[in-house]
Amino acid sequence: MLRLTAFFAVALLAAAIALGAALAFAGTRFIVLASTTSTDNSGLFKHILPLFTAQTGIEVRVVARGTGQALQMGRDGDADVLLVHDTAAELKFVDEGYGVERRPVMYNDFIIVGPNDDPVAIAGSHDVVAALKQIANARATFISRGDDSGTNRAERRFWDSAGVDVDTASGTWYLEAGAGMGTTLNVAAAENSHTMSDRGTWLGFENRRDLAILVEGDLLLFNQYGVILIDPVRHPHVKKADGRALIAWLTSPEGQQEITSFRIGGEQLFFPNYDAQ
Amino acid sequence: MTRIPDPTINAVLPLELDNVSYDVGASRIIDGLSTVIGPGSRTIILGANGAGKSVMLRLCHGLIRPTAGAVRWHGADSGQAQRHQAMVFQRPVLLRRSAAANIAYALSLRGVRGAERRRRTAEALEWAGLTALAARPARVLSGGEQQRLALARTWALRPEVLFLDEPSASLDPAATHAIESAIAAIVTDGTKIIMTTHDLGQARRLADDILFLHDGQLIEHAAADTFFAGPQRPEAHAFLDGRLWINPATEN
Amino acid sequence: MADIYEAFLAAFRLILSFDRDLAEIILLSLKVSGIAVLLAALIGLPLGGAVALFRFPGRGALTILLNGLMGLPPVVVGLLVYLILSRAGPLGVLNLLFTPTAMIIAQCVLVTPIVAALSRQVIEDLWTDYEEQLRSLGVTPVRAIGTLIVDGRYSLLTAVLAGFGRAIAEVGAVMIVGGNIDHVTRVMTTAISLETMKGNLSIALGLGIILILLSLSINSAVYVIKDVSQRRLG
Repeated sequence: MLRLTAFFAVALLAAAIALGAALAFAGTRFIVLASTTSTDNSGLFKHILPLFTAQTGIEVRVVARGTGQALQMGRDGDADVLLVHDTAAELKFVDEGYGVERRPVMYNDFIIVGPNDDPVAIAGSHDVVAALKQIANARATFISRGDDSGTNRAERRFWDSAGVDVDTASGTWYLEAGAGMGTTLNVAAAENSHTMSDRGTWLGFENRRDLAILVEGDLLLFNQYGVILIDPVRHPHVKKADGRALIAWLTSPEGQQEITSFRIGGEQLFFPNYDAQ
Repeated sequence: MTRIPDPTINAVLPLELDNVSYDVGASRIIDGLSTVIGPGSRTIILGANGAGKSVMLRLCHGLIRPTAGAVRWHGADSGQAQRHQAMVFQRPVLLRRSAAANIAYALSLRGVRGAERRRRTAEALEWAGLTALAARPARVLSGGEQQRLALARTWALRPEVLFLDEPSASLDPAATHAIESAIAAIVTDGTKIIMTTHDLGQARRLADDILFLHDGQLIEHAAADTFFAGPQRPEAHAFLDGRLWINPATEN
Repeated sequence: MADIYEAFLAAFRLILSFDRDLAEIILLSLKVSGIAVLLAALIGLPLGGAVALFRFPGRGALTILLNGLMGLPPVVVGLLVYLILSRAGPLGVLNLLFTPTAMIIAQCVLVTPIVAALSRQVIEDLWTDYEEQLRSLGVTPVRAIGTLIVDGRYSLLTAVLAGFGRAIAEVGAVMIVGGNIDHVTRVMTTAISLETMKGNLSIALGLGIILILLSLSINSAVYVIKDVSQRRLG
């Protein structure tokens, strides 16, 4: 009996510690930033956010999901600020009243990677739509993220422009991984096939095997990022002051300079383009 | 304050079985058993294997309920009958704790705590000659020691009635002797013994009172001397002579 | 093959360098899964005992349910807990999403059926041996649950360890409700997932090796404690 009581006492103590830990976490000053996996995986946040925290004392907790999920988190009120890259969806988001004070922040670009022996002869091209059409004609294997992310949506727009029906082709030469950028690249590397990636993830990706960049530089491949504050009227718990501080910093000359200074292997990934007008 | 009663007061005895029957599925294990067991030291339920001795014991103790008939205690505190009884089984069931802890557990069930519980535990261990083994895990004791511990556990509770189901059937002669001495000591303290055995020698040694069962029926209930001198019924006769008795009516 | 060799090297380097991030992640993994399992045991052991010992209508169905819930997919549990803790959900006001507490809750939900189902079986088996003697002593079924839990402590410990194994190894639930936030909710499994996604397969596998070593160490420690205890107390 005594032993049983002791056991219960220990367990209760553990539960109390857990609660205490949770409360301790609540004491830190932080905001939740919902962003995309490609942005997070590039390492950008690890580079620029510590400076923001040092200056303001506000911790930024980044939850990285796909663009679709990030927007849903915004609608549900589970984040304070969004940083995503799907301008059409972002504007709709603000239109529908879920977000306010959207600002453009930066852009990066997408690339088409594929087998370094270039079986479809698209290497060096600066025309992504034409390249994709060639891939479709050759029925060369293409791995898509297939996860309704910003990257995925952009990819789909290109196929549309090329007049290719990828839904019908899905499961044949067009394979949808339903996954993040890294996983998709893993699949492409293993299958030695083509895929579309953001430059940031590619530069940090170490499992390239026989893949190489084949197509880049098309203006269409440029990918605009926007930052949005979740509407504090709709979700009163949103930390609007601290959220605004982040948005202000990201679009300040200093924040924009930090973005520029982020390099991988000497290469700049993100190009700030906030215009104060 | 002790809540363990003095067993010499008839709190629950006498025990009446009124036309008790017990069925398992279609088989009738106990058939229309009626008798009264009163105070007086040692009642032994005797019979061959399969006669229904263990089942009868469990019916008396209340571990199983009769399918027909009634088991009644007529003593002053018969409403609390369970508290005044205890049982020891053929194979001792001990908790995975020390020998002392097993006794302490039983005492705590009766609401005995603290210093008094420690005292009674030590007392019971000493009574059974197990003081040296108090801190040992009960499971590592020998068969005989475990059974003595089980007995000590019941002795600590001072029951008015102690049921024993073939308590020494699994033990060697030396251990059996120790058990029988312990039983004698319990009786001296005022507890009524109701015990089953198929061992004639043991019955002769211990019994004051015999209930002879055969095929689920109570064949004879008599004082031990009378029974062993000359049983009335042929089944009992056969048993005492060491013969197997198979009812000629059921032979096909 | 080269990858696996690289992985062992990576694991070695990580351990020897006392990498601070790694220590933080390991500590959080142990804290989250440890507390979750403790709570699951607090709930699951008596629950299993109650189902084992009491007779009530629907007992069979509840047993089947508990057994079946042992196979709850972690990602489904994560999703359910996420929907409940989300601001758009019923318990949103608690503001628990993306915290270790949410992860503890999710893992507790995952592990409790395992502990309950296994302990039900253990206690039921013990009861068949102990029932007559305990009832003879006057033990009520409620009291019996406690007694059998203590007496079956070694088998039940194994059941709890099974639950711990499940918790420390799962990624689906903690990823969804925790968000894998660096320095806040990143644990071993989500870190492994992240490194895999980034293509750093050697590091991912190295972390995996460390996780396995961790689990083995814990189980070794428990085994020794159990052994000593068994010899002292039986």
